[in-house]
Amino acid sequence: MTSIDHLVTTGRGQTKFVEGKLGTAVREGVKFAALMFCLSIPILLLRIDSDIDHKPFLQLRWTWPLLAAAIGFLVRFGGLALASTGTKISSKINWHIPPSLSRYFATAGLVFLVLYPLLMLALVGRAGSIKWIDNFGIQVMIYVMLGWGLNIVVGLAGLLDLGYVAFYAVGAYSYALLSTVVIPLYVPWLSPWAFWVCLPMAGLLAGVWGILLGLPVLRLRGDYLAIVTLAFGEIIRLVLINWTDVTKGYAGISGIPRPSFFGLPFTAADNGFAARFGLEFTPLHRTIFLFYVILALALLTNWVSMRLRRLPVGRAWEALREDEIACRSLGINTTNTKLTAFAIGASFAGMAGSFFAARQNFISPESFTFNESAVILAAVVLGGMGSQLGVAIAAFAMVGGTEILRELDWLKAIFGNNFDPTQYRMLIFGFGMVALMIWKPRGLIGTREPSLFIAEKKSISGDLVKEGHG
Amino acid sequence: MEYFVQQLINGLTLGSIYGLIAIGYTMVFGIIGMVNFAHGDVFMLSTFIALILLMVLLPIVGTGAAAIVLALIIVLALAMLLTGLWNWAIERIAYRPLRGSFRLAPLISAIGMSIFLSNFVQVVQGPTNKSIVSLVDGGLCLAGTTSAAKYCLFPTKAGFGVTLAYKQIIIMTITALLLAAFWYLVQKTPLGRAQRACEQDSKMARLLGIDVDRTISITFVMGAALAAVAGVMYLLQYGIISFSDGFVPGVKAFTAAVLGGIGSLPGAVLGGLIIGLIESLWSAYFSIDYKDVAAFSILAVTLIFLPSGIMGRPEVEKV
Repeated sequence: MTSIDHLVTTGRGQTKFVEGKLGTAVREGVKFAALMFCLSIPILLLRIDSDIDHKPFLQLRWTWPLLAAAIGFLVRFGGLALASTGTKISSKINWHIPPSLSRYFATAGLVFLVLYPLLMLALVGRAGSIKWIDNFGIQVMIYVMLGWGLNIVVGLAGLLDLGYVAFYAVGAYSYALLSTVVIPLYVPWLSPWAFWVCLPMAGLLAGVWGILLGLPVLRLRGDYLAIVTLAFGEIIRLVLINWTDVTKGYAGISGIPRPSFFGLPFTAADNGFAARFGLEFTPLHRTIFLFYVILALALLTNWVSMRLRRLPVGRAWEALREDEIACRSLGINTTNTKLTAFAIGASFAGMAGSFFAARQNFISPESFTFNESAVILAAVVLGGMGSQLGVAIAAFAMVGGTEILRELDWLKAIFGNNFDPTQYRMLIFGFGMVALMIWKPRGLIGTREPSLFIAEKKSISGDLVKEGHG
Repeated sequence: MEYFVQQLINGLTLGSIYGLIAIGYTMVFGIIGMVNFAHGDVFMLSTFIALILLMVLLPIVGTGAAAIVLALIIVLALAMLLTGLWNWAIERIAYRPLRGSFRLAPLISAIGMSIFLSNFVQVVQGPTNKSIVSLVDGGLCLAGTTSAAKYCLFPTKAGFGVTLAYKQIIIMTITALLLAAFWYLVQKTPLGRAQRACEQDSKMARLLGIDVDRTISITFVMGAALAAVAGVMYLLQYGIISFSDGFVPGVKAFTAAVLGGIGSLPGAVLGGLIIGLIESLWSAYFSIDYKDVAAFSILAVTLIFLPSGIMGRPEVEKV
């Protein structure tokens, strides 16, 4: 950065706050509270409701704007008062994880994940653990896998993809259509193996779609690329909604076959998994098996992208992210390099999608909205682009955190029975995205290991990793 | 023919609304090079603010024609003010701290803000659709059977009539008036000069004594004020709003901004009108289910083949 740059970024507009003055903190707090109060005047004070005859009327809520103002004051005053005492939650501290510790941490995490279903069984028993393994464990692992897949596109190749969920949808619908229509019709003997045959096919199909969509758009730069991918994502969703002959529209596809234990179905029948291994039948077997399948798929994604990083193509991705023009002048075929990243990322999304369809047993376009893309992208960016561990932690925190909100029923005791914590899920999520971005724009783990080094490994600070203009 | 003219009128009305939202995108992109992803949701918020204000005002002013016009003007002014304040606060809290950060940071923050806003409205106003009775009824009969209307410009024996509803006249007039006002503001006043200077080279503008942060804030306020105008017009035209109504109009308005050439004010309006026309003609002649697909496809095709738009300047990448 030149000195002018420095002047520009720290010139005016930063807090005009003189440290150590409590009076200033109070004044700023009051100002902020007044702003919050003004903002909340119509939208919080009056709620549009309708009576039994569907006739709209306004419901007055005096306390809400005051509450907003009070929260505003506390946040601003509290923040400034903390700053004046010298305690500062600094964003400058990069959570620098040394390579040795990082490996230790990753191993510990892996061991935890492998033992997770058993741990849950031991902690909450059979009945309670289905919820914790399925709603929590499997859900989080799907997003970890999607995050790692998108990380290839965004973190390594520096291509901002806002329509990643489209490939997830392609994978899910490929599996759903193949397993409910094609396989029973043409190759019925294959149906116990449906999931295992369709999984790679869904990945392949999503990869082909990645190439098809990527081919025309990949010469666009940063934010234009983001918007075009967003448009493609929406087009695919709208086609899924409207092409009712094939996709059944909003009604969705149901009765999608569940994965089998390599040919053995998880049923109470004689040829089922439980009978074959002499176990008592319980649906828990399938849940635990699904957990290990998604764990394996996620680890595969991780392993492949770690290996690809060391191959020439992976180095080309990272070089492309840093400087596209330099890459081109060094003879790298930028379009092909981008396409491989796009297609590989897409095929992992496709596999995750086919797993999702198999686990849900039912899919509809509702599951593939832009919000999903935003969640996955947020995991990648907030986790620190390019850092595998960071992405996993961010996905865990965001998806797990919002899932846990479903468990907060005890809050009803405090706020009354009308209080429903789940409706605040996405509200808190959106707010958290903004807050985390302001606090740590480089993501939680802003450092990453270099793929290529001379003599010794040095961690690269996230500040040095420029967003490529590709 | 009559059917086509009617669709043309409907398309131009819809296009005016998109054009007003598109100006917010194009101005913000021009000045800080950021796709303000939350702009569609700011528009949605403004429809809610306008509806609440209308519901407060209507019982006070009564039901006469003059009273409704008065109420609309007050609502328009207040909604512009309040939405402007909202966007000012949003810029201050979510975007300004990220200035000078890496390029994707403001975009991610804006996506977060968009999710926050739509869910905020859902939580505080409830997830159901809100509706209002049609405020301005009737219209000018341009063609049709004379029995349906008292007077028609081109009376026909039978067939499809063409009506220019009064609310459509209001929408187009107000759009044109406000565009002229903003065009004057940007082209002729010191404020507009400062904005254009920041757009060209903010570093140089700052060195020459322009308060860049203040100018950017004002740009956000102006964009939001125009989005609020679009919000009031949308309410007038459709009379039904929902918390999820921000995303699709937002993307379409962004398409309009890109199509017209991002950074260009007349381009945004032109793009808005084109998108509105295509949407209404597409729904009329092809398939109403795929009208959004058409809009998104135009966005993709424009960005791929004509990234600088109709009225934009082609961008030169400097090494």
